Amino acid sequence: MSARNLPLRRRMLVSATAVLTAGVLAACTSNEPASSDNGDGDTNAVSSNDDAGDTVTIGFSGPAADHGWLAAINSSAVDAAEQYDDIELETAEGTNDASQQIAQVETFINNKVDAIVLLPTDGAALTDVAIEAMEAGIPVINVDREFSSPFAARTTVLGDNYGMGVSAGTYACQLIEDKGIEDPVIAEIAGIDSLPLTQDRSQGFADALESCDQTVDNRVAAEFTVESGEEQASNLLQAEDQIDVIWNHDDDQGVGVKAAFDNAGRDEFAFIGGAGSCNAMDWIEAGDMEATVIYPPTQAADGIKLARLIAQNKGMSDLVQVEVPKRVVLNAPVVNADNVEEYRDLCFES
Amino acid sequence: MTDSNQPVSVSKDADVTADTARVERAAEETASTGGGLLRGSLGRNLGLIVALALICVAGVITEGDQFANVDNMLTVLRLASVIGVVSIGMTFVITGGGIDLSVGAIVALASVWATTVATQTMAEDTHWILLVGTALAVGIGCGLVNGLLIAYGPVVPFIATLAMLAAARGLAEIIANKRTQIVTVPGFTDFFRGDLLGIPVLVWIFAVVSAVGWVVFNRTTFGRRTFAVGGNPEAARLAGINVNRHTVMLYVVVGLCCGIAAVMITARTTTGSSTHGTLYELDAIAAVVIGGTLLTGGRGTIVGTVFGVLIFTTLSNVFTQNNLSQSAQSVAKGVIIVLAVLLQQRLARRANTT
Repeated sequence: MSARNLPLRRRMLVSATAVLTAGVLAACTSNEPASSDNGDGDTNAVSSNDDAGDTVTIGFSGPAADHGWLAAINSSAVDAAEQYDDIELETAEGTNDASQQIAQVETFINNKVDAIVLLPTDGAALTDVAIEAMEAGIPVINVDREFSSPFAARTTVLGDNYGMGVSAGTYACQLIEDKGIEDPVIAEIAGIDSLPLTQDRSQGFADALESCDQTVDNRVAAEFTVESGEEQASNLLQAEDQIDVIWNHDDDQGVGVKAAFDNAGRDEFAFIGGAGSCNAMDWIEAGDMEATVIYPPTQAADGIKLARLIAQNKGMSDLVQVEVPKRVVLNAPVVNADNVEEYRDLCFES
Repeated sequence: MTDSNQPVSVSKDADVTADTARVERAAEETASTGGGLLRGSLGRNLGLIVALALICVAGVITEGDQFANVDNMLTVLRLASVIGVVSIGMTFVITGGGIDLSVGAIVALASVWATTVATQTMAEDTHWILLVGTALAVGIGCGLVNGLLIAYGPVVPFIATLAMLAAARGLAEIIANKRTQIVTVPGFTDFFRGDLLGIPVLVWIFAVVSAVGWVVFNRTTFGRRTFAVGGNPEAARLAGINVNRHTVMLYVVVGLCCGIAAVMITARTTTGSSTHGTLYELDAIAAVVIGGTLLTGGRGTIVGTVFGVLIFTTLSNVFTQNNLSQSAQSVAKGVIIVLAVLLQQRLARRANTT
């Protein structure tokens, strides 16, 4: 805990919140801007963009919420839409079937919605129908899994998988340097190995480690499930008597990874996670986990906000550019004991 | 009509008598070899022992100290225990001429049902035994449904258990709301994740289930009937065995094993989840088949199954120790299945002829 910094930051937050509240009272709009969602941790400024505009209908379609992170994607998207009285959200039933999702987008086109926010089950499979929507004059906001054509989306909001790896690797380098460890043993527990996102994360991790002349000594791949996490971690622990850093890509499987650590009675290493589940935040607060790298489950919520701006012909007020950018890549910050409080509200239940 | 029917049924009866004789012989053979564990059984399991030994030698050569220590051995056994218990149940069903594709889904359903009960109704005065009881009851219930459908439907085992695979996994997702349910019941995780005489409780459970399975399989009427039903159900029926009831019992046995496995995995991971037990059906069938149990039924071995499970678990341990990829591991798994079966056939033939 960086006790030195905290009071100052606290004070700044309090004053920021005060200004924020004053702004809201003065504006007295029918919308409830961001002040309601993040409490203390919210540092997003309120702008005139939050003033009620023309009512817009936004269609939202995403995959079936079959794990904690996707469930959080959906719920935060709905929450974001509810903050604005000028958004009418049409939510399609979550599905993992690409053809069904194509049908959902076609329905949005027929209903002449003002914008579509789409987290495709498969980016390539949904590209054609997205182009169809764009040609019909409906802006498409592509979230998380990218289309295969640049003509398919007005704006793309992406998490940064490579950046996650870089954040984790950079943090690991920092730990090694701070502790002055000679020849550290670094281990990695990846997610499903055949997915591009896993490969991106691993590449980022390796590249960041290279910058401090380190490599991954042991690597296993689990399957994003608790059971596979436990199994892989159990075997991994047996491979080395002493490990200094372990990066686990995914906090959902992390529950199993943590169980394996407890089963083996091992805690000599710095345990770094990924995604930012509430469990991980609990462990960080309890001192059982060093840090976790956020992969924001709020991407679709940002997609909804951007869709509203685009449909209302507004830009992003903090940018000089008059239009919403073509591409927004979210940061992958590291959460540790020093800043866990700020990120607590963004966590998701696995 | 009756006239023409007569001779047909006679010749059928003759066939059946011959079959009965064959089945009885096979059953006796299995029973006797099972009894002389060191002589006959050793011969039949030699291929497996060689395979396991080779993997261990590879482990010792490449990662000597890391591989060959008590801690690692116990880790391997602990990882083998959950799928091991499921495989013991699978041995019964396959020997009895059936197949169960729903084992993984039943494990998932039993684990989330038990953890839901635990989190919703477990007051401080309720013992964790309720959690265990729920898991076992769900396992037995699913097995009963499978068995009744297969015996009295009749629905072929492949289809009936495929339906259960889909339905049980789906129900598990509904109950758990696709969330991971963490178990915080006092005593439960402490007990099942603990040690008894230096050996993990999970390994003890696997050992006890295997021992009980072996006795039931080789030393009881139930076991003998399983061989008979699997070898030739018609002959078994004529020999006075209630084949339908026995079939139901077999699926109840595998269901019970899934319930036990669900308790074990809930303890191992401290969670109930609808993603537990993914692809257990394939892992269990692979272990049973390389163990030497006949996929068409009528012949089976518990000892072989235990070896089969250990081979796969040890293999992935050695691969992880050597920092080799999961993909390489899958290739090796495929090769070992084929090699073990081929080796097994050769050695079994030689053992039978001498």
